Amino acid sequence: MRYFPNSENSVKAMLKSVGVKSVEELFSSIPPSNLTKDKVDYGKPLSEPDIIEFFKKLEGENKVKDYKLFLGGGSYFHHIPEVVNYLSMKGEFVTPYTPYQPEVSQGTLQATFEYQTMISNLTGMEFSNASLYDGATAAAEGLLLAWRVTRKNKFLIAKSLHPEYISTIKTYIKNLNIEFDFIDYDEDGRVSKDDFNKKFNEEIGGILIQSPNFFGIIEDYKWIKDKIGESKTLLISVIAETLSLGILKPPSEFGTDVVVGDAQSFGLYPYFGGPTLGFITTSNKKFLWEMPGRIVGETVDAEGKRGFVLTLSTREQHIRRERATSNICSNQAWCVIRAAIFLSVYGKKGLRELAKQNLIKANYAKKRIKEIGIKIRFNGPIFNEFVIETENAEETHRKLLDKKIVAGIPLRWFYPEDEKGILLTFTEVNKKAEIDELVKALEENK
Amino acid sequence: MIKDREPLIFELTEEGKSGFSIPELDVEEKDHIPEELLRKELKGLPEVSEVEIVRHYTALAHYNYSVDEGFYPLGSCTMKYNPKINEKTAGLEGFLLSHPYSPYELVQGNLKLIKTLENILSELTGFPFFTLYPSAGAHGELAGMLMIRKKLELRGNPRKIVLIPDSAHGTNPASSHFAGYDVKEIPSGKEGYLKVETVKEYLNEDIAALMMTNPNTLGVYEREIKEIAETLHKNGSYLYMDGANFNALMGYVKPAELGVDVLHLNLHKTFSTPHGGGGPGAGPVGVAKEFEEVLPIPVIKEMDGKYLPDFNRPNSIGKIRSFYGNFGVLIKALTYLLEMGADGLKKATEFAVLNANYIRENLKSTYELPYKTRTLHEVVFSEDSFKKYGVKTVDIAKRLLDYGIHPPTVYFPLIVHGALMIEPTETESKKTLDIFIETMKKIHKEAETNPELLKEAPHFTPVRRLNEVLAAKKPKLKYKEEEE
Repeated sequence: MRYFPNSENSVKAMLKSVGVKSVEELFSSIPPSNLTKDKVDYGKPLSEPDIIEFFKKLEGENKVKDYKLFLGGGSYFHHIPEVVNYLSMKGEFVTPYTPYQPEVSQGTLQATFEYQTMISNLTGMEFSNASLYDGATAAAEGLLLAWRVTRKNKFLIAKSLHPEYISTIKTYIKNLNIEFDFIDYDEDGRVSKDDFNKKFNEEIGGILIQSPNFFGIIEDYKWIKDKIGESKTLLISVIAETLSLGILKPPSEFGTDVVVGDAQSFGLYPYFGGPTLGFITTSNKKFLWEMPGRIVGETVDAEGKRGFVLTLSTREQHIRRERATSNICSNQAWCVIRAAIFLSVYGKKGLRELAKQNLIKANYAKKRIKEIGIKIRFNGPIFNEFVIETENAEETHRKLLDKKIVAGIPLRWFYPEDEKGILLTFTEVNKKAEIDELVKALEENK
Repeated sequence: MIKDREPLIFELTEEGKSGFSIPELDVEEKDHIPEELLRKELKGLPEVSEVEIVRHYTALAHYNYSVDEGFYPLGSCTMKYNPKINEKTAGLEGFLLSHPYSPYELVQGNLKLIKTLENILSELTGFPFFTLYPSAGAHGELAGMLMIRKKLELRGNPRKIVLIPDSAHGTNPASSHFAGYDVKEIPSGKEGYLKVETVKEYLNEDIAALMMTNPNTLGVYEREIKEIAETLHKNGSYLYMDGANFNALMGYVKPAELGVDVLHLNLHKTFSTPHGGGGPGAGPVGVAKEFEEVLPIPVIKEMDGKYLPDFNRPNSIGKIRSFYGNFGVLIKALTYLLEMGADGLKKATEFAVLNANYIRENLKSTYELPYKTRTLHEVVFSEDSFKKYGVKTVDIAKRLLDYGIHPPTVYFPLIVHGALMIEPTETESKKTLDIFIETMKKIHKEAETNPELLKEAPHFTPVRRLNEVLAAKKPKLKYKEEEE
């Protein structure tokens, strides 16, 4: 076995040193009744070439390469510069543990500090943590933060929030005596003023609104923040497509209190949904001590030289145990490094250009699809996805599949009563010819 | 060569520089959305060229110690070697480019992979069902405790309290809390393992479950676990096993056979997927038969060679996160399992236990061993042998850095004063262990003869000892141009 570096002689010497005759003797503290009589068996070990063959075969059973894909809904295709792969694959980033010993972990710590700076600046906030698992758990953690700081247990959640985020929130809050109600959306796909006015009151601890929302519509936070006014209710902005921040006003400009979401778009592949990169940011210093998860801070060493450490750790489970702000320990550290590199590559200009291309291409597709007489469900402004309607969405989807086109996501998968809606996504990787081909195929299969 | 100081990426920024390559827009540019929704400018992102990015992150990489570089005996973390083939298989395009909302017929490979891994973990642990979606150990704990709660609810009463030994990892009480339980700590006893008699004293109708780590954080096998399980079951309570230390048991113990009801494993520990500097990991949860109905959705089902996710499960705890978990991590763990085979895993366990006992045997006359009970994959020493020199555990740890060795886990478990918790894993040679043992002895000698040397350590790292108090007192969590 190539991963065992001990020779037979070494093993013998070690057994002798320990004072046992055989390795089995070292397990004598396990009562015989606890030892399994059932031998573990799942086939012969495979050699490296066999392993590659095995996984290439499995990979081949995924038919993604032959199709034109217009998929998003919380997981996006963006071009990842080669340098992101090259640098992030360095063993020094891949194989360390959580930076408990900062003197020999400045690489991870500084890169994380850089990431915190970038995600804070993009969301327009002052403080970021060092990551959460994904957008769904980040939304749940955001809600729980608001629950702790407001001490209120009633929440409002926009119905247009990503359905998987909603499901995850439900799982997280179920046993914590927290309630929530949905706020509906209007014909433009944005949060309904009427419904908001009906449900909002001072007893509400926080309101979660996603923008662009699950239907791709950019929300207007302005009137919402005005309505919240001076009340203690927190506005929590959720972002599933962080690339939108490259061109859209950051939630901070509308006075949002906490921003959570998924930064998969910053250097991570769709990868069947994971790993992605959950984040949480805020500008309120008082919330800092209620933040979940790791946080990296700047400090100095014994000689006054700048350095970075994990900080504010008395919030965390290893110190505060059941009174910790979250149970999270391992997070998505390596994804953070990828995001930092990705954002360094695109930078100030590139990220805007990338975001602009998404916005323009999706709006081009929207215009073309409208022209062929297909209904666009909502008339609100969009970033890189939107909902169309056909007589039978799943049938349309199936027919286009025969033409090697994956025409988005039938909304019926999430909302059983919705037979017409399809969420279509367009990013910079979808060429014009591809979009035109989709439009043509849709026209033929309305 | 290690640079003395690498600036922040923002300090390399100059207006007009760029590192990107984007194709020209191939559709007509038009104003599509109202001006008031657009942000004026993107402040606070770098402007750097590709060559600077490569040099910068390469310099940062040099500042990191890693398993690829050397010995990393962090107790309870199982820092074994991460096979490079894992990255190859997990990096195949058919996996990377598969979208979670692809039609199921286009991602049969992914679904089959999940099922295959579930089946192997079942074979290894004895549990009929697994969910692979939890993204880390603590996430697995939460999923597991939520399943226990749901199951008790379905039986009529979720109960109130979870018992947790004082030697447990902090995530155990935190996870129980977020599952809606109060936590009661119970003493793990002088011999370093939990007695069934102790558990009995704490049992009443409010006890939902006991969470125990086996082998526990002292490295001691919980020899009364089977009796504890029986006792709990008689009381209508469940047994949760934290499998963070499963590297000590492969091929020897199938936890399901002990009466454990729910178990989580850490794929980034036992099954060699890398830690990545703190994630992404994966914390799959195995459950006994009766928990099938409460598993998180979706459950992957196989029918006539076709794989389909089943979302229609009314008693499920629901979704624990988006999509299918940290799928990329699952590929790596499966790669490792297929290469090792069952016999290879058993050997890994044996070598891990042998290595740990070799260290124990050779350091126990120098460092104080607070628990004399036989240990498996790790060993915990206390501060008692060097405290008298005015030296703290942290000083020993920092001095190890000067010798190019990553320190053990320190100050944990909490039941040992100034704990040094050492887990070598199976992927270390006797030579490496000998160097470690010699170094530990040398440092102990230094503690006696020159304690200042230790208190000021490390001396030879990219930065010296860092001021953690300052960091917490004046939190500076992002770079700001004006302050520099």
